Amino acid sequence: MKKTVFLGAATVAGLAAGVAAAGTADDVKARGKLNCGVTTGLVGFAAPDANGEWKGFDVAVCRAVAAAVLGDANAVEFVPTTGKTRFTALASGEVDMLARNTTWTFSRDVDLKFEFVGVNYYDGQGFMVPKSLGVSSAKELDGATVCIQTGTTTELNLADFFRSNNISYEPVPIETNAEAQQQYLAGACDVYTTDASGLAATRATFENPGDHVLLPEIISKEPLGPLVRHGDNEWGDVVRWTLNALISAEEYGITSANIDEMAAGTDNPEINRILGTEGTLGEMLGLDNQWAMRAIKAGGNFGEIFAQNIGENTPIGLARGLNAQWTDGGLLYSPPFR
Amino acid sequence: MSDIGYVRTEMLPEQEPPVSEVGAIGWVRHNLFSNWFNSLLTVLSLYFIFKVLAGLVPWVISPTWDSGSLAECREILHALGREGHYAGACWGVIHERWIQLIFGFYPEHLYWRPIAAFVLLGVALAPVLFSDKVPSKLLIFSALYPFIFPWLLWGGTIWAPVAALLGFVLGWAAFNAVSKAMSTLLGFIAGALVALIWWLVLSSYFVGAMDSIAAIGIEPVESRKFGGFMLSITIGVVAIACSLPLGIVLALGRQSDLLIVKYICVGFIEFIRGVPLITLLFVASTLLNLFLPPGTNFDIILRVLIMVTLFAAAYMAEVIRGGLAALPRGQYEGADSLGLNYWQSQRLIIMPQALKISIPGIVSTFIGVFKDTTLVSIIGLLDPLGLSNAIRADANWNGIVWELYGFIALLFFAFCFGMSRYSMYLERKLHTGHR
Repeated sequence: MKKTVFLGAATVAGLAAGVAAAGTADDVKARGKLNCGVTTGLVGFAAPDANGEWKGFDVAVCRAVAAAVLGDANAVEFVPTTGKTRFTALASGEVDMLARNTTWTFSRDVDLKFEFVGVNYYDGQGFMVPKSLGVSSAKELDGATVCIQTGTTTELNLADFFRSNNISYEPVPIETNAEAQQQYLAGACDVYTTDASGLAATRATFENPGDHVLLPEIISKEPLGPLVRHGDNEWGDVVRWTLNALISAEEYGITSANIDEMAAGTDNPEINRILGTEGTLGEMLGLDNQWAMRAIKAGGNFGEIFAQNIGENTPIGLARGLNAQWTDGGLLYSPPFR
Repeated sequence: MSDIGYVRTEMLPEQEPPVSEVGAIGWVRHNLFSNWFNSLLTVLSLYFIFKVLAGLVPWVISPTWDSGSLAECREILHALGREGHYAGACWGVIHERWIQLIFGFYPEHLYWRPIAAFVLLGVALAPVLFSDKVPSKLLIFSALYPFIFPWLLWGGTIWAPVAALLGFVLGWAAFNAVSKAMSTLLGFIAGALVALIWWLVLSSYFVGAMDSIAAIGIEPVESRKFGGFMLSITIGVVAIACSLPLGIVLALGRQSDLLIVKYICVGFIEFIRGVPLITLLFVASTLLNLFLPPGTNFDIILRVLIMVTLFAAAYMAEVIRGGLAALPRGQYEGADSLGLNYWQSQRLIIMPQALKISIPGIVSTFIGVFKDTTLVSIIGLLDPLGLSNAIRADANWNGIVWELYGFIALLFFAFCFGMSRYSMYLERKLHTGHR
């Protein structure tokens, strides 16, 4: 019985290999489904709910791309990937894009041959300590025991930070965030360090979140964004401009509530171009003119997605901070739709 | 000489044994307090058991079954005046997610299929496991079951399993025809060739043709939808079922006089046993992806199934080799002296004894394989452990650890304990002499 399945798979493989020569966008359209790599579970960014429906900030990017390309925000096959399997999954074509909380770094972009199409969340490594420790700055942490996930860039950042400030620390290596929470609460370490978004999510689960503080220092830059394979620029453009459409939509006040009204035509030519009532931007992308409208309708604009999944009214409660529009003092700055 | 003062002439009535020697008190005296050292141990043990239970029981008994999030659990416990990190378990997460932990992402309206598959698995196993209690006619069903099982789980057209079955039938027919006309070896080669040609080349046309004539099938379900215990059991059952015959073949091959066969088997066994399962899983999930042509869609669960099966087979081969080595030389010679050929002597004399000796080892390997299936969470498959992480990523349940792990451990324990009890039953049943 296993043999037939194997042979079936091999046959499919042979057929698929013939198709793969075409662009990813064509593959996705032919398949009718977008294969999107996500995490196996990260609070606020990607997690399946009780009905097996994936939800989260990264998931929303996948859905927006699926809506833009296929016209259906649910035509997504979510492929859970771990930190170790994510890059091979993308490189081998198992997934069409990765929206998996991945830091944009030089070596990943250049050496691993991927294309980061933008940034959907500006993160940075922070510290959490119990209030009772009486520490107000990370520079006072001389000699502290630090819970840290092994094999991540956070480990290297931590070593750099302590060395450049000429203070010492004792690492307590841990494997997962859940383990870190237990160790930290049990007092096995004085400090827990990971991405600031993760710290906020972790603190929100504590019985008394007020007893713990996040220190003001952010010791690294972690621009997280979706990525695609090198060499298929048409597909990269589709994902990049879908993300830009979400960001621009917030900037120009296009929301899921007023989008139908605006699609009838407005006085702002930029909005008209995004929503396809003016110009032929969609055709240039190889899509139809309503692509961006569908992407925005899928989960709302960037601000709505943020508020719904990780914003201040969710248990995670992240402030916009760096992730505000450039007009509000943040770093979100979409190139113009022209 | 009759100055003996007293001679009892009638029997004393039988007396009750002293209370301190029988019943509960006697048992306690003999087993728990037989001397001062044992008494001390007993008291200490009782103290520790009490301490553990005193911590555990109040935590387990926690009226949080209907809560919708960790915060709600805390409110409920707070209202009861229970505070602190270990105030009580938050069972709401199990209530909300137990179906997901068992079926993963399998479509809800198709739950009957995995259930049917596993119920039928019991039926198919019955004639093998309890051969004295069920009619042996059921064996026909057992033989067909390997084709029914994947069809029920993955769905799709019914002609695929039929085609797979036909391959065996055709191979068997070719083997019979050729071996009657020429030698057994040629027959074997011809049978294998015919079956392979059928599977590799013709079966896809057959499936296509039959599908266009009569499209009988059930809704297909992709491997990605598999998860939770269903995934663990699927991997476990397939690996267990395939590794035993494969292991027997490897063990025999290792003892074979044919040089090439012997060294292939030795090389395979030593290589697989020398490599950790995680490495093999990484090969399955990442390396194979890079080697195969881009765009290849070689099912991830199938890759894992193959790797786990090969891994289990190598261990199984060594366990069975132990059984073979334990057989006295006379058994082999006896078989030869009866004029049995190699396969007859293996089937009638050697294997029944060798397998019986190896039962504890075989079952240990089975249990080990079943538990090893949790390793697939490392390559991103959502088995129970992988799902527990995904569930914790839900903002409502972030921070819950012990409840999920406890539930998973309980289910695993139930399965593994069942297997171990069965092996003991089997040993007793087969205990026909010796010792």
